[in-house]
Amino acid sequence: MKKESWKELPTGAINVHPGNSVSNLTGTWRSGMKPQFIEENCIQCFFCWLYCPHFAILVKEGEVKSINYDYCTGCGICAEECPSKQKSIIMVKEEVKLAEGGKG
Amino acid sequence: MKTLKPLNGNQTIAEAARQIDPDVIAAYPITPSTAIVESIAQFRADGLITGEFVCPESEHSAMSVCIGAAAGGGRVMTATSSQGLALMWEMLYIAAGLRLPIVAAIANRALSAPINIHGDHSDTMGARDSGWIQIYSENCQEAYDNFIQAFRIAEHPDVRTPVLVGLDGFIISHSTEVIQVEDDEEVKKFIGEYKPAYSLLDTSRKITVGPIDFTDYYFEHKRSQLEGIENSPAIIEEVGKEFGKKFGRAYGYFEEYRMNDAEVAIVVMSSAAGTSKDAIDELRQEGMRIGLLKPRVFRPFPDKKIAEALKRLKAVAVLDRSSSPGAFGAPLFTEIRSALYDSAERPKIVNYVYGLGGRDIKVEHFREVAEKLDSIRKTGKVEEAYGYLNLREQRKGEYHGEIKRPGPDGR
Repeated sequence: MKKESWKELPTGAINVHPGNSVSNLTGTWRSGMKPQFIEENCIQCFFCWLYCPHFAILVKEGEVKSINYDYCTGCGICAEECPSKQKSIIMVKEEVKLAEGGKG
Repeated sequence: MKTLKPLNGNQTIAEAARQIDPDVIAAYPITPSTAIVESIAQFRADGLITGEFVCPESEHSAMSVCIGAAAGGGRVMTATSSQGLALMWEMLYIAAGLRLPIVAAIANRALSAPINIHGDHSDTMGARDSGWIQIYSENCQEAYDNFIQAFRIAEHPDVRTPVLVGLDGFIISHSTEVIQVEDDEEVKKFIGEYKPAYSLLDTSRKITVGPIDFTDYYFEHKRSQLEGIENSPAIIEEVGKEFGKKFGRAYGYFEEYRMNDAEVAIVVMSSAAGTSKDAIDELRQEGMRIGLLKPRVFRPFPDKKIAEALKRLKAVAVLDRSSSPGAFGAPLFTEIRSALYDSAERPKIVNYVYGLGGRDIKVEHFREVAEKLDSIRKTGKVEEAYGYLNLREQRKGEYHGEIKRPGPDGR
């Protein structure tokens, strides 16, 4: 993407494309660990969805289904907050440090 | 109807605010600017203004409210002093960075410690790199005139930069003068309608204000911010002239007093410039060719114009009402000495710090400066580049240990 020169920028450092942070794949920040979703243990409490700072918990048809690794930074809050007896989110080692699809 | 009214500095600002009637006024009262906020609150209670008056829990919040209201497209003002301005610090930079044309009246006051409520320029001089335009006033009339012009300058499409108007704490803020108050409608006409560059409330053009920049955009945005203050000199000049045409009192970047055939000059801002005029009149009568240059606009600094006005002189004394610890002189001095660097001919130049914490500066102190200037003119030599006026110094031969003070009986 071509970046604007200072003369092309709107007055006041405003962002005239609100919502364009979706193009910032925060999943590239992950380093070494990623959450793994174990669906059979999930009690659908939505704690992970509520606490995730990057909206990376994917919900389909009213149920937590998986994790969006394009935006998941691997912070581990979801695994920490998961209250089910058998954890439904655990942190696992990750070999490839790129976001899914290798975009980042 | 235009009238002559006896008003003190704070009341003149409040009077101008009443006439302008901004959309939002957010302020937290602090000495010596308290009466500005108090009067505005009274105007609001009496139904004389229609704008929102917000009294938040601190100056940091007051400036935050101003920023939010201005980002919402409103015409916005505040007033503060000293520690209040210091508490606004991080928000000052944000107001400037977002190019929000907020106008602030600052009753200049010393900064703690030690705590002091009286007038000096430490507060606004400390904010000199915050990106705000700074205009200083010599008396109540100038405070009124500058405050009205500040809205026109700040809101100009090429500028869109916040402006602060300084008036010396107590010396101006609490001294009553008879000032010319212009007609309400004429002031409103002069200010004109405000058209914001952007507004958060404009749903037809959705924007985000204040998002994060990484290494790839911050530099460009900061350069783009400078454009506003760099465009401002032409606008400040234009507004000052137009104000003169309409109301009979024209303004420029600085005032020159008896400078025509001057050999030496004093440079001093704000209320002390008034006193210096009396000293200069006396000295002129005694045959000394001395003049005054009174800077009005400190940011943006009119470097070329000041250098042009001073370069042919033999000696110049720059008087600062603040200090800049560790720098090679106080703020006004370093600017002026630097401005003269490119001049092939330039005067000898000295710096005096005066009036910290409201310490008086009188005609006799300006005479002291004039004496020094005269000796530099004659010898071409500067013995001491930095000095202080009306400061108690240790006298030669005095015992440094125990100081004898009079007892309770006066002996």
